Amino acid sequence: MSAETNEVSSRALLSSDASNRSALERSHLDLETAEKPYLDSNELIINMGPQHPATHGVLRVILKLDGERVLGTECVIGYLHRGVEKIAENRTYTMFNPYVDRMDYCAAVSNGLGYCEAVEKLLNVVAPPRAQYIRVILTELNRIASHQLWLGTHALDIGAMTPLFYTFRDREEILKIFEKYCGARLTTHAFRIGGCQYETYAGFEKDVNNFLTFFAPKIDEYETLLTTNRIWLERTKNVGVISGADAIALGVTGPVLRASGVKWDLRKAQPYAAYSEFDFEIPVGTNGDTYDRYLVRMEEMRQSMRIIEQAVSRIPEGAIMGKVPKVIKPPVGEIYHSIEAPKGELGYFIVSDGSTQPYRLRVRPPSFVNLQALDVMVRGLLVADVVAVIGTIDIVLGEVDR
Amino acid sequence: MVEKYRSQYGSGLDPLTYLGQNYLAVDRSLIPDILRLLREEEQFDYCVDITAAHYPKREKQFDVIWILYSFPRNERVRVKTQIADGASIASSVSIWPTANWLEREVYDMFGIQFDGHPDLKRILLPDGWKGHPLRKDYGILQQDKEWVQINLGIESGQ
Repeated sequence: MSAETNEVSSRALLSSDASNRSALERSHLDLETAEKPYLDSNELIINMGPQHPATHGVLRVILKLDGERVLGTECVIGYLHRGVEKIAENRTYTMFNPYVDRMDYCAAVSNGLGYCEAVEKLLNVVAPPRAQYIRVILTELNRIASHQLWLGTHALDIGAMTPLFYTFRDREEILKIFEKYCGARLTTHAFRIGGCQYETYAGFEKDVNNFLTFFAPKIDEYETLLTTNRIWLERTKNVGVISGADAIALGVTGPVLRASGVKWDLRKAQPYAAYSEFDFEIPVGTNGDTYDRYLVRMEEMRQSMRIIEQAVSRIPEGAIMGKVPKVIKPPVGEIYHSIEAPKGELGYFIVSDGSTQPYRLRVRPPSFVNLQALDVMVRGLLVADVVAVIGTIDIVLGEVDR
Repeated sequence: MVEKYRSQYGSGLDPLTYLGQNYLAVDRSLIPDILRLLREEEQFDYCVDITAAHYPKREKQFDVIWILYSFPRNERVRVKTQIADGASIASSVSIWPTANWLEREVYDMFGIQFDGHPDLKRILLPDGWKGHPLRKDYGILQQDKEWVQINLGIESGQ
């Protein structure tokens, strides 16, 4: 009996081996291997994902290894492809609005802001000041929530389990505000083309202020867990280094770019919504390693709190919806509009043919472009560092694959 | 800036503005030169996006669009060109490395070939898939039934 099962299992192994090999041959990794393999060991090609807890979704990475050192990688993506851009061509502008929340589902509010502003630009409509302020508050809350989720899962990947519980506990408070505001926690559909659908609920300002006082000491708490933690430093310092020039050449944006020393944030460079009315700093790193990206995001959460504090103290009175026609029919033309989403530059390129549906809608996803830098960042590192680098780029596969 | 190149390239280059956003309509043959000039002379060092649009009724069916940004100038520009179905266009991977995946996506979704791309293959759809979904003649419910049946072992993906 045992012989039979052995035979069956080994055959299964063989067949899966063969199919793996053919899959790898098809993807022909042609990366130059300058260095001689360590101790004359053979080069090894292994597969990581798409079902792997550290790839943050359905990302598959093919690793070319020398012992445990990475010689090159290739990402295989598309497992979550839903054809969002095709769907857009078959929906009206209004109907497509909730779909954008499903791309970067950790930062649904930012996606909605980018889309609504792009269509408003195309219609030549401006959202009223009150709506702009509500948008800024919710978007910055969402940035904090997104960074919290990143911190918890990134630290968990590296081996620190506690921050996950802390960040999820605190993120809950933001989600409660979203739920009270628009009834949804994750895919919020918070904004409409032309402004906001909902007036702030009674006690909105109080809730937001309470959150700010609650959360300020919590960031310090996260930092006491990690910033000077010996294990954290060893695992993140000088890991996944990318220079500012390389980051620009690869089109990397967001905290990853800023950690490499490029002081560029769309909220400052080309202000949208009401961002030009607030004081805040752009944190930048120097080394472009995983540790600097961690510090940049921690500081960004503090700066977001600053923005929220200023915005909530002076929300203007007035309408929350601009003058938008019942049927949205932008004139013939095309527009590109982008915002600083938590993960980088999120852009929408919309071509209108004068009908109620977009003729072509292209999403410029930050995660997709940033993920391309993975290969540059992990060469020469160990397999365990690949996990750290995937975490530090902060990708959401819903947005990579669309 | 455009005037300078206009005298050099003649009518192949047409500067336009819509809603305050600048774009250049460029003849297909001038594409590699213009993109390289924008990168090297005009400091457009960041290639934001490469995409396309399909106009089946036109003779040259596709618009290919590059969205560029310059960090030193804090300025955006779009470059647009028209190409016919089946025609190819020069790859810009050697100008901006980020073009690698972006061009692969355009190839995947529209079937536009990029000459000189290091590894032009599908990126979001599986390798053996037939058809290019963002073409207008590709229906929203359409899919490669054969691929689905062979690889997923189900009758239909719907």
